[in-house]
Amino acid sequence: MGVTTALEWLSSCSGCEISILNIGEELIPLITEALDIVHAPVLMDHKYFGQTGEGVTLEIPKATVGIVTGSVSNHEHLEVLEEMRKQCDVLIALGSCATHGGIPALMNGQDQQKSWEEIYQTSTTDPGAMIPNVEVPAPLDRVYACDEKVKIDLQLPGCPPNPAQIVEVLTSLLENRAPVLSGKSVCDTCPAKREGKGEVNTIKRFTTNARYKADEPLSEMRCLLEQGYLCMGPVTASGCSRRGAPSCITARVPCRGCFGPVRKDGNQLLDMMNALASNGIDFKSVVDRRSLLRFSGAHGMLKPMKKKVVKEEV
Amino acid sequence: MGTVLNIAPVSRIEGHAKIAIHLDDGGNVEDAFLHIQSLRGFEKFIEGRPAEEVPRIVNRICGICPWMHHLASNKAVDGAFGVTPTPTGHKLREMCQVMAHINDKILHFFFLASPDFVLGPDADYSVRNVIGVAKAAPELASQVVKMRQLGQMMLERFAGKAIHPIAGVVGGFAKPMLEEERVEMLKDARTLLDFSLYSLDFAINNVFAKYMDVISELGNITTGFLGTVDRVDGSLRLYDGKQRLMKPDGSYVDFEGEEYTDYLGEHVEPWAYSKMPYAKSWGEGFDLNLAAPRGIYRANTLARINVCDKISTPHAQAALEQFRSQFGRPAQQTLLYHYARLIEMVYACERTIELLEWEGITDTDIRAKVEPKAGRGVGIVEAPRGTLIHDYVTDKNGCIEKANLIVGTTHNIAPMNMSVKQAAISLIKDGNYNEGLLNQVEMAVRAYDP
Repeated sequence: MGVTTALEWLSSCSGCEISILNIGEELIPLITEALDIVHAPVLMDHKYFGQTGEGVTLEIPKATVGIVTGSVSNHEHLEVLEEMRKQCDVLIALGSCATHGGIPALMNGQDQQKSWEEIYQTSTTDPGAMIPNVEVPAPLDRVYACDEKVKIDLQLPGCPPNPAQIVEVLTSLLENRAPVLSGKSVCDTCPAKREGKGEVNTIKRFTTNARYKADEPLSEMRCLLEQGYLCMGPVTASGCSRRGAPSCITARVPCRGCFGPVRKDGNQLLDMMNALASNGIDFKSVVDRRSLLRFSGAHGMLKPMKKKVVKEEV
Repeated sequence: MGTVLNIAPVSRIEGHAKIAIHLDDGGNVEDAFLHIQSLRGFEKFIEGRPAEEVPRIVNRICGICPWMHHLASNKAVDGAFGVTPTPTGHKLREMCQVMAHINDKILHFFFLASPDFVLGPDADYSVRNVIGVAKAAPELASQVVKMRQLGQMMLERFAGKAIHPIAGVVGGFAKPMLEEERVEMLKDARTLLDFSLYSLDFAINNVFAKYMDVISELGNITTGFLGTVDRVDGSLRLYDGKQRLMKPDGSYVDFEGEEYTDYLGEHVEPWAYSKMPYAKSWGEGFDLNLAAPRGIYRANTLARINVCDKISTPHAQAALEQFRSQFGRPAQQTLLYHYARLIEMVYACERTIELLEWEGITDTDIRAKVEPKAGRGVGIVEAPRGTLIHDYVTDKNGCIEKANLIVGTTHNIAPMNMSVKQAAISLIKDGNYNEGLLNQVEMAVRAYDP
């Protein structure tokens, strides 16, 4: 029998689960022999309230390994996460939503109540619609990363996470050793050609393609930051490389930071602004700087904009 | 006081949902609901973002169909900025989109749905899953995993990322296709076409024939349909075309994407975060009543197969003719979504090959000139789960001022609720229910691949 394993997803898109499937042919021995999956809503039919739905408390079976994807944004997510923590010996937060809040934590930059009200008032929505509140889980006050709510034993970020790293983490657990994961930045793993500080002093939007020759290798393409594009490589954790270079760079597109900060507890927005300033680039030329926290807005990083102070009449 | 059976989570689907079946004192179904449990708020938190960044934010709406959101979003921003992508940019996007359909269909049919058919709806839950299939039919499972991986890696090798893509850009595409990439992909696409024909054959002979009694009853309702067809000849289209809204009697109207607000409305029920689109233009309102539904139409594979006049590729057209001769047009049986899914998979493979054989595909003119500005754009593609609509208004800096999204799955929220209720009423009588029967209620949901 394999190692008992439970999977759960919270506020998520299922990209992490697809990344698990993208392990490819190694997946079959992994799920049929090495692991014994006891709970996984995406793949199997174990139910929270008993198989015929008569139970009253949410139950997940005991498991040696637990894998949680997604951020924590409503009371059901929290209940599921707490049950996973209780039932699993080792709990892994998989993907940037679970580790840093991910894209759903962009909501932390908004007034949540007002946003939700407006979502039910769009031009195509029937007039008079209210925010649903019957038999649907109520939202938390903001979107949290998993480690803000329970103890997490192993963090594996990425949007999506790299299948090779998922295999490494699971194999290391099976072999009872620490996983080998890179501590480098995206830039450290990028083959693009850096020529040092140059003529760039402002950042341009990605409305033109990068300069490169399609039939030449990436090592012949000049660094996208040096070409004047915002590339989050300097402040972002590596790990996305699948074919010898960061994934977005292989498509000749700049990095947007989906593996979260390279520095433990780093702030991708502030760190990037510092990186630009130290290279003589005007950080104010970056349109919408707050969205540099688009993958790491949990942990109190991204907050609603302060409302304009209205002077009280004397 | 009756009992409520809470089937949670609904499993082997892509999202977060639960089924609640309310039984009366006699143990018969009083009511049944599919509650949609999650809301993230993309429409709001993309406000203020530079519009050209949005295609690489909204792909996170769905990790199974990120290409659909990525490209619908690119089309919407094209519209807002008044840009027409170059012909090669346009075709490279379409190629990625139809290729993503192939993988999605393999995933849904074999990984998520097939355990109900290969192992049977009543098999124990511990084996009624893809792991059980891998143990019961190892050769089939190995082939399925190989083919899905082939499709995913084709996309990843060419476009950098298969999940949460970045290669589609406003005005076209970020990188051209090299001749050696084209040759390699063409070879792989032909392998996938063979597999798609095998899959259709396998399903017709081993699944649909065997389960015809279930197919003719489970979750059946009568609705209209929505899909995309070619502007000229009405054939099936996934990436671009005009919208076609069909009534249950088979009559239909066609409209352009920008006009969608004249035809579709969104109803909100207090028990589901997801809105429920309905056919506003029919002027009959919204009602989930099983005997007399109002405004209810369906999207996704069966809908597209119903609304199209034909399919432009030969193998898929032959399959469509066989399907129509057996089930008519429009076909209403809910489980036929699976059959339609496999016909579409054949089309997606054939269309991929067509695009790879198009002489301009390796051209390097891949991106038109783009200037951020104020405007409105509606981008529509057919996602695996239904017509996907991204509607953006940009400000003078080319940042998002307002966004309205109608996501594929949501078209089917109302019909799924009806199918759940229909299935529950017909399967649960006088307090008699068990795991197998309750799984059949879930099968009615699973057919829609939500």
